[in-house]
Amino acid sequence: MKCIVIFLILVAASARLEAHAFLKDANPGVGSTIQTSPSEVRIRFTENIEPAVSSIQVFDASGKEVDKHDLHLDRSDHALLHISLPQLGAGTYKVVWRIVSVDTHVTNGNFTFRVVR
Amino acid sequence: MKFLSLFFWLVCAVCEFSATDRAYGHGFAGARFFPATLSTDDPFVSDELSLPTVSTIRTPDDGGTRETGISVDISKRITPDFAIEIGDSFTALNPHDGPAANGFGNLELGGKYQLLKNGEHEAIVSIGLGVEVGGSGGRSVGADSFSTWAPGIFFGKGFGDLPVAVRFLKPFAITGQLGVAIPTSASTRSVTIDVQTGERDIEVERHPDVLEWGFALEYSLIYLQSQVQDLHLHAPLDRLIPLVEFALETPLNRGEEGQTTGTINPGVIWAGKYFQVGVEAVIPINERTGNNVGVIAQLHFFMDDLFPNSLGRPLFGGNK
Repeated sequence: MKCIVIFLILVAASARLEAHAFLKDANPGVGSTIQTSPSEVRIRFTENIEPAVSSIQVFDASGKEVDKHDLHLDRSDHALLHISLPQLGAGTYKVVWRIVSVDTHVTNGNFTFRVVR
Repeated sequence: MKFLSLFFWLVCAVCEFSATDRAYGHGFAGARFFPATLSTDDPFVSDELSLPTVSTIRTPDDGGTRETGISVDISKRITPDFAIEIGDSFTALNPHDGPAANGFGNLELGGKYQLLKNGEHEAIVSIGLGVEVGGSGGRSVGADSFSTWAPGIFFGKGFGDLPVAVRFLKPFAITGQLGVAIPTSASTRSVTIDVQTGERDIEVERHPDVLEWGFALEYSLIYLQSQVQDLHLHAPLDRLIPLVEFALETPLNRGEEGQTTGTINPGVIWAGKYFQVGVEAVIPINERTGNNVGVIAQLHFFMDDLFPNSLGRPLFGGNK
């Protein structure tokens, strides 16, 4: 019983720790259909991110990377990443992300969004 | 003993809050997060603690026996691909006829090696060897006096590589196990003496090799939200993984061939940052298994997220 209590105290004390980062929300949204070309992709994660060792790439339907290679962390929200996009034509785009949270847990994933005119 | 226990945890705490290196992940394969399942073994190698797993069901023994178990299991990575496991359970038996009994079951030890992990196809394959240490538990709760070895293979596969046309099937995943439990004793004999007649009666209980097989089919709302379609689900729905587990055993020899027993366990797991909580109904598949529905619930901690600098990282070989 004492072990369980000590364990729970340690759990509570470890609140400073980060965990595996999951995608919390994105804009354009996961699986969404939008009417106009977005100027950027924003992804908010459940943990703060190390941008230097994280990546977001956006590909068109032919597999060509279309983003502007300028991944950056939001100034006020360190769980939010931005990457800029050029003017996109109609079509389906795939966002592929691989991120490292501040305690170096690695997670990755992908989703699509569709631009219609 | 109490001092040693306290010392152990203090050492863990010191390591945790002073170390600078980092540790990596539990049940991930690519974008797929596999939760720890309650009734069948996981395919992944990780640092995890199930404390406690509580189950209760009425079995057909002795005119109907309420069997309640509380167990603890811990898995510790030695290298990034190899982990050792230790577990034990406390069982309380309350038969309809006869006295109640309770006690600890046999100690269970194991090792698991991850053979394959493919992120693109969300696939994991592991092999393992477990042993139930005979004589380490209480005979009153049915703990065997002999040991049982159980080699097995474990797998996990996410359906994330399905085509876009069936994208709402992508959150499905399956995990499973296939193994054989091999007792070190083919049979045990017990002698009873009739008090009135003085006659001796010898009972022979046979212990067959048993095929242990099972799988879990799960649908991850986490995966649905983050990889397929954001349905704007709010907590706690956005972290739910409904699943159904099939936990089955088929004796292979010694007169009990093919007499499969097992349960089908529908339920749900909620997975948070540092722990998950799961609950399942336990439904016998046939009369041989039982006639009553039970329940199993588990609190499961992700040690690699809780203690990434100490308990939650492999002892050797770095991280990956």
